[in-house]
Amino acid sequence: MRLNYPSNIKIINVPCTGRVDILHLLKAVEDGADGVYVAGCLEGDCHYISGNLKAKKRVAYAKKVLEAIGLEPERVEMYNLSAAQGARFAEIAREFTERIHQLGPSPVGSGAKAA
Amino acid sequence: MVVAESKPIEEILAMVADFDKILLTGCKGCVTVCNAGGQKEVGILASALKIARKKEGREIEIEEITLERQCDPEYIDQLEEPIAKNNYDAVLSMACSVGPQYIAKRYEDTLVYPCLNTTFIGGALEHGVWAEFCQACGSCGIHNFGALCPIARCAKSLLNGPCGGSAGGKCEISPETDCVWHLIYERMSRLGQLDKMANVVMFKDWTTSRDGGPRKIVREDLKQ
Ligand code: SF4
Ligand code: SF4
Repeated sequence: MRLNYPSNIKIINVPCTGRVDILHLLKAVEDGADGVYVAGCLEGDCHYISGNLKAKKRVAYAKKVLEAIGLEPERVEMYNLSAAQGARFAEIAREFTERIHQLGPSPVGSGAKAA
Repeated sequence: MVVAESKPIEEILAMVADFDKILLTGCKGCVTVCNAGGQKEVGILASALKIARKKEGREIEIEEITLERQCDPEYIDQLEEPIAKNNYDAVLSMACSVGPQYIAKRYEDTLVYPCLNTTFIGGALEHGVWAEFCQACGSCGIHNFGALCPIARCAKSLLNGPCGGSAGGKCEISPETDCVWHLIYERMSRLGQLDKMANVVMFKDWTTSRDGGPRKIVREDLKQ
């Protein structure tokens, strides 16, 4: 399956989204990413039981932090999809890129992007 | 332990509005355990402040350090080198409010700010939930109440409860709050001590509490 997704997305692999910390999300924004999203497994399907649910709460916390300092919380997001959903992966990448285009560049930014 | 929570970021941002270089200090004691001011929270706050300031086009330099404890002078000494070497505009403390006072005492010419609201002496009910259990009255009498503290845990600090507001095990202040006097009744009944509840507990001598002014404990056997 060859699917295209926007080239502005930079992928950072983690063993499980449960490894994603609030600080990882904030550091990406601090270093100039216009948006950051976490792509976790479908809820209920985590190999480690609750990694994706933990990630969801941390994304929610990071959103709150951004809101408190006057940045759009939509710049951080959590998506759930299965490893078999390649088409959905590309669709999310386009969806999120579109959202960030609408928000415009981050006022923090040096132009770097992260996913 | 001492339980605290972060001040709103907006409040902390306003504190540092005039500064370009600060030292942000955490504490590995109580506030690490209650996830308010340990190394991890120091990192998160530092990043949030940096993002906010980058956004305003006025970057702030933040150095992070987390001390063993901020309520012991020997650990506060660890700040000596960073403070002497760097010209910080201010030092921020993420310890309970003992910490910033110790830093202020030790470094007389340094501006010091608290980042937490120190809230109570308590413990965890579950991960991420903490509650108040003790008010440090200085003269513990919880053995009279089934080993539960009505001073800290009853909204009215009643020594002879419950009041008329106790309903279905909950306190009249909120359906979320247990009526500690209900718990005391249940526990004393289980222990076969209900007869003790008929005794009127006389008023408490509050001089051991804050009413006697700031408190101090001196242990001659330990003093140097
Ligand atoms: S400074 Fe406060 S939070 Fe840190 S160990 Fe001492 S009492 Fe606990
Ligand atoms: S309802 Fe119970 S806990 Fe609440 S004030 Fe009355 S006695 Fe105290």
